[in-house]
Amino acid sequence: MGIVIGSLEQGLIYGFLALGVYLAFRILNFPDLTVDGSFPMGAAISALFITKGLDPFISLVFAGIAGGFAGLLTGLLHTKGKINGLLAGILSMTALYSINLKIMGTSNLSLFRHETIFTPLANLSSFSYTIFLFLLVFLAKKVLDWFLRTDLGLAVRATGDNSAMIRSLGVSTNQTIILGLVISNALVGLAGGIMAQYQGYADVQMGIGMIVVGLASVIIGEVIFGTISIERVTLAVIGGAIVYRLVIAIALYLPFISPTDMKLITAMIVIIALTIPKFSLRKIKKNESTQKSFSNTVMPQIKEVKREG
Amino acid sequence: MLRIEDISKTFNPDTINEKKAIRGINLHLYKGDFVTVIGSNGAGKSTLMNLIAGGHPVDAGTISIDGNDVTKLSENERATFIGRVFQDPMAGTAPTMSIEENLSMAYQRGKKRGFRLALNRQLREFFQSSLEVLELNLENRLQSKVGLLSGGERQALSLLMATFTNPKLLLLDEHTAALDPKRAELITRLTEKIVKQNHLTTLMITHNMDQALRLGNRLLMMHQGEIVLELSEIEKAKMKSRDLIEAFARLKGEDFVDDRVALG
Ligand SMILES: Nc1ncnc2c1ncn2[C@@H]1O[C@H](COP(=O)(O)OP(=O)(O)O)[C@@H](O)[C@H]1O
Ligand SMILES: [Mg+2]
Repeated sequence: MGIVIGSLEQGLIYGFLALGVYLAFRILNFPDLTVDGSFPMGAAISALFITKGLDPFISLVFAGIAGGFAGLLTGLLHTKGKINGLLAGILSMTALYSINLKIMGTSNLSLFRHETIFTPLANLSSFSYTIFLFLLVFLAKKVLDWFLRTDLGLAVRATGDNSAMIRSLGVSTNQTIILGLVISNALVGLAGGIMAQYQGYADVQMGIGMIVVGLASVIIGEVIFGTISIERVTLAVIGGAIVYRLVIAIALYLPFISPTDMKLITAMIVIIALTIPKFSLRKIKKNESTQKSFSNTVMPQIKEVKREG
Repeated sequence: MLRIEDISKTFNPDTINEKKAIRGINLHLYKGDFVTVIGSNGAGKSTLMNLIAGGHPVDAGTISIDGNDVTKLSENERATFIGRVFQDPMAGTAPTMSIEENLSMAYQRGKKRGFRLALNRQLREFFQSSLEVLELNLENRLQSKVGLLSGGERQALSLLMATFTNPKLLLLDEHTAALDPKRAELITRLTEKIVKQNHLTTLMITHNMDQALRLGNRLLMMHQGEIVLELSEIEKAKMKSRDLIEAFARLKGEDFVDDRVALG
């Protein structure tokens, strides 16, 4: 029982991460690796401010803002600096490792004896954390759903779907890419801040592999819970994060698996999901449609021209 | 409405791949002009449109739309003035988004986008009545993903999206070429209807001579980056597509001679 509740709680925290990764990878179609740096950055900022005596909730606002700045950096490198998207994320992530160390002043910042957002819940029922975290992540989901239905949100979605088209309608896709990455990494920073308060410390290493955790959550969620609408997917990826934590918890129970194998298991989950055709249906469909459009448009033109000549 | 003064464009200048795509073109379109453009493959027709729309910067010359010098504006800044439909039916719409969402994005053409919900009842009603013009029953499929539509339906939707905000200039680049004859005919008919209804100033590239003669009030023929023939409405009316094809062949024939001379 304890394990299930623990997985639920951690899964809900990773839900923020999954929402962020979903926004960058799926909506914006941008393979953003900043996540490995923005997650611990949120943790570092939140932990630092709490140790300085700031309210733990307000420290989370700053964790989100810090994550947003990380996204801004990647976005600027990519759009203004014309650096490849993957590389831009890697550069940000690398730079953030040192920055996070500077923020914390040490590689591990403990919150022992400090108030966190969980302190008022400590003596309530064993489900209180779960309910509280669910409400928080559900609120984030609702805000994201709303954003993706606004004029600006539609422009961000179209940037990932058909960027030439939305540009021809007067949108600067540089701006929408940056905006998408800012929101995405703000969510990830928030996840990091909450995780630091949940486990009672921020660690400079805690971002390693977070991008794969986020991806695993997104893919698992989409496969299990479906992608019928945006509202459904944003719920699905949170569910995916919970299932992911449960799978990891169960795996750790097995005698032949040790905690150090966790990242290997996570990577395997993503690899399996991406290589089994049934799971990556979406990708296959996309490729088919681009191939079709090629043969539909280019081929007839060639034929037409021959006839004329 | 559109004033093009002596523009030129060379791709990959000073390399072995150097290509003079546009060589000093002047063109004035008056309000309500509907100009068809023909020319062999590689004549520079699409490049001319890209220069007008801001996809590429010009090397020299100026472009102004309705008195605004747009030569230095980026593509998305010029979008306020220009509606565009491409040859590829996939190019003009976002496939994972619904019909109403695509229309909403087009409805906001060139406007500042903020945190207002993109759809409401009033807009939906407006979109429905706009879609009725297409006679494809799309008004009853507002929530369908555009990726599920056929090429013809997508192109019709693209046409509506390019025109229903009454842009100052409509650019059509062989927008019926990728469709089967029946659907191409439908889109042509719709184009005629929409352009007429909204008095849109239009530049339309086509490879169909009949279409080029039948539609619009002016005709241009391009060859090797230049406008080599220009017909007024009256001259156009006297022309048969055979005459045009002959004019076309004459140009190609010259090429042929040139090539032989070069070889000799
Ligand atoms: N982006 C580009 N880079 C290099 N060359 C180009 C580019 N676009 C067009 N061209 C060249 O310019 C010439 C004119 O092309 P285009 O305008 O597409 O012709 P058309 O539309 O009349 O068939 C062609 O020789 C083409 O290869
Ligand atoms: Mg062309």
